Amino acid sequence: MLFDMFKTFFKIGAFTIGGGYAMIPIIQKEVVDNKKWVEEDKFLDAIAIAQGSPGPIAVNISIYLGYELKGLKGALTCMLGTILPSFLIILLIATVFFQFRNNPLIEKVFLGVRPAVVALIASAVYKLTKRSKLGLNKLFISLLTLLAIVFLKISPIYLILIGGFTSIIYNRMKTEDNK
Amino acid sequence: MEILFKLFASFFKIGAFSFGGGYAMLPLIKKEIIEVHGWLTNAEFIDILAISEMTPGPIAINSATFLGYRVSGVVGSILATAAVVLPSFIVMSIITHFLSKFKDSQFTDWFFIGIRPIVLGLIASAAISVALDAFIDLKSVILGIVLFYIVTFKKLNPIYAIILAGLLGIILY
Repeated sequence: MLFDMFKTFFKIGAFTIGGGYAMIPIIQKEVVDNKKWVEEDKFLDAIAIAQGSPGPIAVNISIYLGYELKGLKGALTCMLGTILPSFLIILLIATVFFQFRNNPLIEKVFLGVRPAVVALIASAVYKLTKRSKLGLNKLFISLLTLLAIVFLKISPIYLILIGGFTSIIYNRMKTEDNK
Repeated sequence: MEILFKLFASFFKIGAFSFGGGYAMLPLIKKEIIEVHGWLTNAEFIDILAISEMTPGPIAINSATFLGYRVSGVVGSILATAAVVLPSFIVMSIITHFLSKFKDSQFTDWFFIGIRPIVLGLIASAAISVALDAFIDLKSVILGIVLFYIVTFKKLNPIYAIILAGLLGIILY
């Protein structure tokens, strides 16, 4: 069973290009539809919790499912399965990357690629802004966050903690007022 | 030895405070790796990002492996990768174990409602900081805008966008 779990998550890790969110439907297909290891609603729980926890979402989901199936051992197995493919591939690329980086042709390739990275991130910002339906007040907070990072160089850690705890205090006061 | 410890500590911190997926953790990676420790230049960081987009797996893992290797070889890459997933492992195991308590906690809900706009701001700041290094002339700005349009509205797969941009780089420069 453990080996089967490892194999499944290794496959998921090896074939999902494009980051965490691209992996969710593939994990679902393997784990819920093919292997029938968990029910659909359990999987939805896994997504919700994985999103709310720190770290890459695909890694979080694999830890959650592994733990559900086989406790700590299962969690470790599934996590290793998920991260091992990217680890090995990147290691391979890294060993050659720093040798070829100063090659004039490679340099030209990367001069073109860098603006593409901007485009991809900007596209994520655009989609997220549209989809998240944050009101103007909250978008203003996003703007302040942006300015705090770009100009004041404040660590994202503080901003996350401030955002989270301010929200707890604010909502707490609001519920008290309503009583 | 000291550098390995710093590497581990940096990536543990990155793993522990990365909410909201890959792009949202870029400002934190940049802060730790470039601003605090100077382990990479901005341009190298963006190149690694581009490679992460084209290879399987979460960006966080990819960049940890890559930077770990850069800083101190295979040992560094293993250490950084382990460090970045360790917080996930700890947090997820605890949550899964005590699931019912966390699920119904109003405080957790409020916390996450509060960080949502912050996460959006983090991603936007990543776009700007990458742009500051990527846009070196008019050609690169136009390339960026055109690719943004195609990826967002024509739904071009990001991998093809990067390959296309690489080819255009050879032609344009």
